[in-house]
Amino acid sequence: MLVINLIGLGLIVLIVWWFWLYKPETKALGDENDDEDIVITVENGVYQPASLSVPAGKAITLVFERKDASPCAATVQFPDLEISEELPLNKKLAINLPAMTTGKYAFHCQMQMYKGELIVK
Amino acid sequence: MSDKNNNSQELLIEGASCASCVGKIEKALNALDGVEQAQMNFALRTVSVTGNVDANTLIKTIEQIGYNAKSANETSDEELLDEKEIAEQQYYKKLMQQTWIGLGLGIPLMLYSVFGPAMTVNSMTERAVWFAIGIICFAVLYFAGKHFFVGAWKSFVNHSANMDTLIALGTGTAWLYSMVVVIAPEILPEMARHVYFEATAMIIGLINLGLALEVKARGRTSDAIKRLIGLQAKTARVIRDGKEIDIAIEQVLLNDKVRVRPGERIPVDGVVEEGATSVDESMLTGEPMPVKKVQGDEVVAGTINKSGSIIFTATRIGKDTALARIIGMVKRAQNSKPPIGRLADIISAYFVPTVMIIAIVSALIWLNFGPEPTVAFAVISATTVLIIACPCALGLATPMSVMVGVGKAAEAGVLIRNGEALQTASKITAMILDKTGTITQGSPKVTDIHLVDSSLSKDELLQLVASLEAGSEHPLAQAIVESANEKSLTLDKVEQFEAIAGHGVQGSVQGKKLLFGNQKFMVSESIALDEAVVASAQQMASEAKTPMYFAVEGKLAAIIAVADPIKEDSIAAIKRLQNNGIRVVMLTGDNKATAKAVAEKVGITEFFAEVLPEDKSSKVAELQAQGEIVGMTGDGINDAPALALANVGFAIGTGTDVAIESADITLMRGSLHGLADAIAVSKATLNNIKQNLFGAFIYNVAGVPFAAGILYPFFGLLLNPVIAGAAMAFSSLTVVSNANRLRFFKPQQH
Repeated sequence: MLVINLIGLGLIVLIVWWFWLYKPETKALGDENDDEDIVITVENGVYQPASLSVPAGKAITLVFERKDASPCAATVQFPDLEISEELPLNKKLAINLPAMTTGKYAFHCQMQMYKGELIVK
Repeated sequence: MSDKNNNSQELLIEGASCASCVGKIEKALNALDGVEQAQMNFALRTVSVTGNVDANTLIKTIEQIGYNAKSANETSDEELLDEKEIAEQQYYKKLMQQTWIGLGLGIPLMLYSVFGPAMTVNSMTERAVWFAIGIICFAVLYFAGKHFFVGAWKSFVNHSANMDTLIALGTGTAWLYSMVVVIAPEILPEMARHVYFEATAMIIGLINLGLALEVKARGRTSDAIKRLIGLQAKTARVIRDGKEIDIAIEQVLLNDKVRVRPGERIPVDGVVEEGATSVDESMLTGEPMPVKKVQGDEVVAGTINKSGSIIFTATRIGKDTALARIIGMVKRAQNSKPPIGRLADIISAYFVPTVMIIAIVSALIWLNFGPEPTVAFAVISATTVLIIACPCALGLATPMSVMVGVGKAAEAGVLIRNGEALQTASKITAMILDKTGTITQGSPKVTDIHLVDSSLSKDELLQLVASLEAGSEHPLAQAIVESANEKSLTLDKVEQFEAIAGHGVQGSVQGKKLLFGNQKFMVSESIALDEAVVASAQQMASEAKTPMYFAVEGKLAAIIAVADPIKEDSIAAIKRLQNNGIRVVMLTGDNKATAKAVAEKVGITEFFAEVLPEDKSSKVAELQAQGEIVGMTGDGINDAPALALANVGFAIGTGTDVAIESADITLMRGSLHGLADAIAVSKATLNNIKQNLFGAFIYNVAGVPFAAGILYPFFGLLLNPVIAGAAMAFSSLTVVSNANRLRFFKPQQH
C-alpha cells in the first residue's frame, strides 16, 4: 500500500513539474532573416511551435496554419495586444503583430486549451 | 482620390514552389501599368498589389509566366464563411458517426449492465466473452475516440493538457482496468473483478454527441456576422467605355461609374452622380425610414436601392467600404474578451492538471480508506473525476455570450468596439449628452415665420430675407437660405449689404430697404415694436428658438425664428435612460436660455451651458470624481478628448457617415434610442456571461467532489462514470445554448 501511495504522490509531483514548472524550449524568430515567417501549426490540441522568442521593438508576422477541424482551434487570441483572429481550416493566415516591448505575451484559443507564448527580448 | 485610398488587392498564387519564383512574379507585376508595388509573401503564397489595376490583368500576367493565381481579397469574407460552414458540416458528420460507433456498443452494454447479471469475470467463458468485447471496445476507442488520444498525447509532449487529456485518461483508465480484470483476474480481489467497457464506449459516444451538438449551436452564434456578410452584393454593373457591364464585385475599381437599379443592392461605397432615389439603410443603421439620395449624396455598400435608378462613382471598394469595416469591427469585437472573463481564463490555465491531481488523490483516498473492493472504487472515482470535469464550459462561458451580444448589438446599429466597452457599458451610472447633433439634429432650421405685416405672403417674405442673407456666413443665415432653397425660391441680388456685428444685417433687395436682426438692432434703427410682438418673440426664445426681427422699408414685417430642432425620439430615449436609473446630464456650448429650454423640453434637469469644447472632458472628470461611471455621447469629431476620458465613449452618427472605430461604442443611426439599446444589450450580455460562468463554476465545483465520491460516506452515493460523461458532454452545450438565448433579446422601447 505504501508503494502505491508513493507512486501516487510521485505522479502528482510529476504532473506539477511537467505541466507547470517545466519551461519548453523556445524557437527564435526574426533575428537574422527579416522575411522569414515561421509557420505555427494548429493541430491536435497544440500550437507547434508553442514558444517563440522575438526581438523587441520590431513588428513581426506570425503565420498560423490550422489543421484541426474542432471549433476550439478556430480562434487565436493575443489578449495583451487585443488581437483576435479566426483561423481558416487548412489554410495559412498571417497575423501582423505590432512592435512589442520586452516581456512575455501569451496567445491562445478562446478557451485556453491551445496555448502558446511569445517571449520578446 | 487620395493615394491612401488607392486600390490594394491580394492574389493567391498557385504553383510557386521555390523562393526564386517570388522575384519573377514581383518583377512581372511591377512592370504592369498602374501597379505601384507588388510584394509577395512566400510563406502564404500571396502577393499584394497596390495601384489601380484590374484583378483580371494581374491574374493573366501571372498565368503568362507559368503560375496560377486567383483573387484573395474581397471574396474572402464570403468564401471563408462558406468554407467554414462546409468544414463545420463535415466535422459534425464525423462527430455523429463517432457518436453512433460509441453508442452502438455502449447502449447494449449499458442495458446489459442495468438489467443483466453483474458484469464480473469469474469463469473462463466469461473471460473469453469479455475479452472479445474488450477488443471491440478498443476498436470503438480507435475509430470514435482516436482524436482524443492523439490530442492528449500531442499536448502531453508539449507540456500542456486539455480536454482531450481528461477524456483519454478517463476512458483509457476504465478500459485498461477492465482488460486487466479479463486478462489477469487473479491479481485482483474477487469483488473487484468487474469490467467497465460500457462506460468506455458510452463516454466516447456521449462526448462526441456533445461536441457535435455544440458545433451546431456554435454555428448559430455567428448568425449576426453571417447576415452582415450576406449584405455584400456579388456583382456590380459598371459603365466602362460607355457600355454597362456586369462584373464581379472584386473587379470594381475606384472611380468606376456604377449603375444601380431599383431593388438592387449598392455594391460598393460611392457618391451619386446621376438620378435620385431612396435607399433602405436599415440593415446597417437600424434606421427604419428609407433615406433620400440625390446627386452628391453618399451611398454605402450593402444598402438597398428602393425607388430610382442611379449612377454613382465608386469611392471606397473592397476592404475599405463601410460595410467591410463594420464586419471587421464586429468580428474583432466578437472575439475580444471582457475583463469578467479573466478569472475563468486563469482558472482554465491550471484546470486540467489540477483535475488530474484530484483524480489521483481521490483514488489514493479510496485505496487507503475505502470499503472493499478498494481497487474498483479507486478506478471508478478517478475515471469519473476525469470525465466529469469540463474546462470547456468554463472557457466557453464568456466568448460565446460576447459573440452573440456583440452581434445582436450590430443588428440594432450599435457597434461595440471590444469586450471591455461591452462590460463597462453595462455598468454606466451617468450619461453626458452633447446637445448639438446629439439631442438635437445639429442643423439649425427655420421653425417659425410670424407675420406682422399681412401684405406679404410667407414665401415672399422668406424670399426677401434669404436674398438679404445669401451673402452672410452666419449659421442662422444659412438656415434661412436653406429653407428658401427647399421651397425652390429664387433669390434676388442684394445691394448695399452690411453686417452690423451683434445686431444683424441690412441691405436692399428689389429696391426695398431691409433690416434683419435682433431686438437691439430694431430699437437702434427706431423700428416700432409693439408689446404683443415682443411677447411672442420671448415666447419663441423660451422654446429654445432664436427669434429675429425683419423690417421692410422701416416697418416691422415679421419675426422669424431659427432653431436646431430636437430629434423626434430624443425625449423618449432620454426617458428610457432615466427609467434605467441613469443620471442624464446635458453639455452645450450654447447660451443658458437655449440650453435651459432644450433641457426642459427633453426632461433633463442637470445641464451645463456655455461649455467650451476643451472643457467638456473636465465635466466628464467631474462626474467621475463623484463616483459615477460615465458614458459620454457626442458626434465623435470635436468631442474626442471627452469621449476618450469617459468610461465609455459613444459616437453618434446620422447614417453611415459616422467615423467608425472613433469611440468605444458607435451608434450608426442618429437616434438616442441607440444609447439605451447599447446599454440594454450590454446588460443582457453581461447577465448571460454571469449565468454561464456561475453555471460552469458550480458545475465543476460541485461535480468534481461528487465524482470523487464525497457523498459516499454519508449516503452511499457514487456517481456512475457514464452519467459523468453525459453531464460533461452537455455542460458545454448548455453554455452555448444559453448564449444563444441572447439572440432573442429585444430591448424594451420605453
